[in-house]
Amino acid sequence: MPKIRIDNQEYEVPEGANLLESCLSAGLDLPYFCWHPAMGSVGACRQCAVVQYQNEEDTRGRIVMGCMTPVTEGAIFSLTGDKASGFRQAVIESLMLNHPHDCAVCAEGGECHLQDMTVMVGHRDRRYRGLKKTHRNQYLGPLVHHEMNRCITCYRCTRYYRDYAGGTDLAAMASHDHVFFGRHDEGTLQSEFAGNLVEVCPTGVFTDKTLVGQYTRKWDLQSAPSVCVGCAVGCNTVPGERYGKVKRVHNRFNAEVNGYFLCDRGRYGSGYVNSDTRLPYPGMRGAEGRFTALNHHDALAEFERLTVGRRVAGIGSPRASVEANFLLRSLVGSDSFAPGVSEQEQPSLQRATALMRSTPARVPSLADIESADAILVLGDDVTHTAPRVALALRQSVRNRAYELAADMKLQPWQDAAIRNLAQEQRSPLVSVTPGSTRLDDVAERTLHLAPGEIAEFAFAVAAALSGGDSAGNPEAAAVAQMLRDARRPLIIAGTSLCEEALLDGAAAVAGALVSREADGTRAPMLSLVVPEANSLGQALLCGDDAPDLATLTARAEAGEIETLIVLENDLYRRGTGEEIDRLLDAVTTVIVLDGMDSATCSRADLVLPAASAIESEGTVVSMEGRAQRYYPVFVPGDERHSSLYWLLCCLKAADHKHFVDINHVDEVIAACASAVPALAGIVDAAPGGSYRSHGVRIPRQPHRYSGRTAMRANISVHEPKQPQDEESPLAYSMEGLNRDEPGSLLPFVWSPGWNSNQSLHKFQDEVGGALSGGTAGARLIEAAGPTTVPEAATPSSIDAATLELIPRPAIFGSDELSARSAGVRDLMPDAYLELSVADAKTLGVEAGDGVVLGGSDTAFEVRIDPSLRRGCVAYAPGLNGCIGLVPRSGVSLSMAPDWKRRDADLIARDGQEGSLS
Amino acid sequence: MWEAIRSQLVTMWTILQHTFTRSETVQYPEEKPYLAPRYRGRIVLTCDPDGEERCVACNLCAVACPVDCIALQQATKEDGRWYPEFFRINFSRCIMCGMCEEACPTNAIQLTPDFEMCEYDRQSMVYEKEHLQIAGTGKYHDYNYYRVAGMAIAGKDKGEAKNEAPPIDVKSLMP
Repeated sequence: MPKIRIDNQEYEVPEGANLLESCLSAGLDLPYFCWHPAMGSVGACRQCAVVQYQNEEDTRGRIVMGCMTPVTEGAIFSLTGDKASGFRQAVIESLMLNHPHDCAVCAEGGECHLQDMTVMVGHRDRRYRGLKKTHRNQYLGPLVHHEMNRCITCYRCTRYYRDYAGGTDLAAMASHDHVFFGRHDEGTLQSEFAGNLVEVCPTGVFTDKTLVGQYTRKWDLQSAPSVCVGCAVGCNTVPGERYGKVKRVHNRFNAEVNGYFLCDRGRYGSGYVNSDTRLPYPGMRGAEGRFTALNHHDALAEFERLTVGRRVAGIGSPRASVEANFLLRSLVGSDSFAPGVSEQEQPSLQRATALMRSTPARVPSLADIESADAILVLGDDVTHTAPRVALALRQSVRNRAYELAADMKLQPWQDAAIRNLAQEQRSPLVSVTPGSTRLDDVAERTLHLAPGEIAEFAFAVAAALSGGDSAGNPEAAAVAQMLRDARRPLIIAGTSLCEEALLDGAAAVAGALVSREADGTRAPMLSLVVPEANSLGQALLCGDDAPDLATLTARAEAGEIETLIVLENDLYRRGTGEEIDRLLDAVTTVIVLDGMDSATCSRADLVLPAASAIESEGTVVSMEGRAQRYYPVFVPGDERHSSLYWLLCCLKAADHKHFVDINHVDEVIAACASAVPALAGIVDAAPGGSYRSHGVRIPRQPHRYSGRTAMRANISVHEPKQPQDEESPLAYSMEGLNRDEPGSLLPFVWSPGWNSNQSLHKFQDEVGGALSGGTAGARLIEAAGPTTVPEAATPSSIDAATLELIPRPAIFGSDELSARSAGVRDLMPDAYLELSVADAKTLGVEAGDGVVLGGSDTAFEVRIDPSLRRGCVAYAPGLNGCIGLVPRSGVSLSMAPDWKRRDADLIARDGQEGSLS
Repeated sequence: MWEAIRSQLVTMWTILQHTFTRSETVQYPEEKPYLAPRYRGRIVLTCDPDGEERCVACNLCAVACPVDCIALQQATKEDGRWYPEFFRINFSRCIMCGMCEEACPTNAIQLTPDFEMCEYDRQSMVYEKEHLQIAGTGKYHDYNYYRVAGMAIAGKDKGEAKNEAPPIDVKSLMP
């Protein structure tokens, strides 16, 4: 590690770093704008100027940009010298020339990097007497608000949006001091990661539109470490709450998972917590069929009366925590506990779990995925099934560029230089899917095949890797060669197509890569995308022999089930309406524990309102097998309680021998870990409730949380005691210390002088590195097992004469909870079916026409996807109208009678605010 | 001992002298003392010279308040203005320090020379926005925040604020 001298103080800095990073890592405050730890340096803003001296004798020095200066042994710098600080002051003064007098009405105010840097530099008065230049704003969709006047032209937005996230519709326009960052035409930003602009922009040009209508300053938000439950990636988040409402979600850094960025489903998908369809009180269906509200004591008594001593079955949920599912399973017995996924999904999920546990390849974290240098995607459009993975893949294809840069002795942070050097050269990514995907623009080659064919292709690649004859399949041979040439090849497949053979095929490829090279120079990775936040945890909990919904229905019809308990699950999204009706009709009593009103709730006899993931504590297992704990951000209102509470009370009332002495969430976690060996590691996901940092709790509120004596003064002027948190190491107050805690307990980032999210580096040992308290989560699956390569399996196939219904999930709409959030709901399309050109021609339909599925009278709008494999009909599961469709079933389509085409103008005009003029 | 007696007498004499000075006590409430306009008493929310409410719900008063007795929630009007959906001051906690007035970037929150806020019921000391909002401009007559801020609102487009140039035409190539 080189030693450098800054202002006569010696520092040891990491090799190959730049000076700005080194200063920040050393705890020195050096202002900057354009540099970002995840995006490297371009030296655009000139804010991080320092003086570098040639040698000891040099007294004049010269000004260099910290972010563009590599640290070398013995280099001498000055941060505080007049020359450097005067230069920085001049730069910020000129950046502020045109900055509007907006802070009071700016959603960035109070967490603005520009405010912080201005104060840090000491600039105060605008001396320039000329006019301020102004810009017109653009409508950028329901998620991101644009206020162009505030721009300081640091170019971070376009560097993030175009270079990092691969978007194309946001750019720097015009020239000289007219530079404008926006779209060519007004309209919704097309990238699924556009929401990160809110955090990337150092000032208030891009702000969170869903926050601006109900704005709360950062210092007034109560937050706690949470985990996004929008998909299986398990991104770490920090939701902020005020007045009992979730206001916004920010990224919580996790070096191995989401890093600095979230997808828009995660960022904007928590509005369901504030939704009108939340259930406030327990309800009991009376004789006349109407619900009466109960208080929680009566509800518990009813719950016990309907459960204890009766023949009970339970249906869990892959969106509920491991602990809640475990308690329900304990209550009903493992033979009567269904994981709560569809009949088509359950075998795939179990297969994926088995393969992850047996594969000799590494099951990668997102950080591992970013390090891959050859990628084979089988089946899934990951942008829609596990969005954050797609953003990671966009980084992994850049590894070729970093290799080229290393040859040229360029440091990895030399962003512009490396992009210039590599141009369009990328690490290979091959995408084999039924139709086009959002990653096609970075793919080396794309193949469009039906699900069964993808599985066959995967086995062909595996055979080619094992030295088999691949003459018949040159594509497979080429892909095999690509993987063979890579040092860190990555195979991604998923359960979204409900094709077990495809998963086997992916595992076979990964297995063949491992067995080919035993010397360790190659580290193959196998990532299997599962659908929901806790799908993997649920599969690990239930094992292979858990009953599915059809089994439960059969048993209910045989009279073996009196009471059915449904945990946080809308069964009508897990099967056809008839199937679920049969199940619910066959049981005497239906008890539903859920946070939201749903079709299943309206069939229930007793409904217990469950707290959401943002109001409760629990553990979920992500698709890489990482167990992560989320904590309540605020105390749930009304009569809502966590599912854990309802189920534990019932278990105790039933005198269940393992649970009579259990009173604390940590004890439930320990009981779960000891009862289910596969989940033994969940105890390590986060410290227990007795953990204290420096002897005190970790505050959920920033130290300048305001309005404590007025917030609820309208209800009563007598202030109650702050809510006490008996379960976790966090406090519902500003008392305590937010420092040095493990990453899993980081409630928010703030540091003196650093009010914005850029203060994160004060929580890292090394800028951009892991959190100093340790990375959140515990991995439950580590590659170890013996090399078991799946045999070539026969993919399921349907009658060639019919069309095959293929699920193609949509980022906005396919997830149940986020679809109820304001911003996401606005972006959800109406139900549609996608057809290939050839099939549309056969049917005689065009885009915009209506078709009906054989046997039903629901009409769907036709979309034509030229890339779609012939014989496949794609639908987006979860959209209104698509609920109840059976994935991978054979269907016949016909023209819908009396279908009215939607007005083309209405489709083309992209959600304008106000009028459609 | 003589010294002690002398001291007593001097004290009595000094006090007796006060019998002939003018009384500082006034017959409150019949007689009211003069309070300067900048006296720090009951808090009001004012309107700008155009008659629109000045408060933009920036939360700076709330964060400046040392006893945390101000709570409010921002919302946006149709015309683009930010305003407080509710604005609550718990006067049973307020210490009339005036920090909120100092922090206010729009001169909306002002302290007035009225201190007569006695209530039998403490709950009545909680003032909501309808109790705080007045129709006038208070002590500062001319200031209108939106006339200096860059944000466009109905009736004030981009480039129409003080010291602002007309909006840039990004499609122009002229220097």
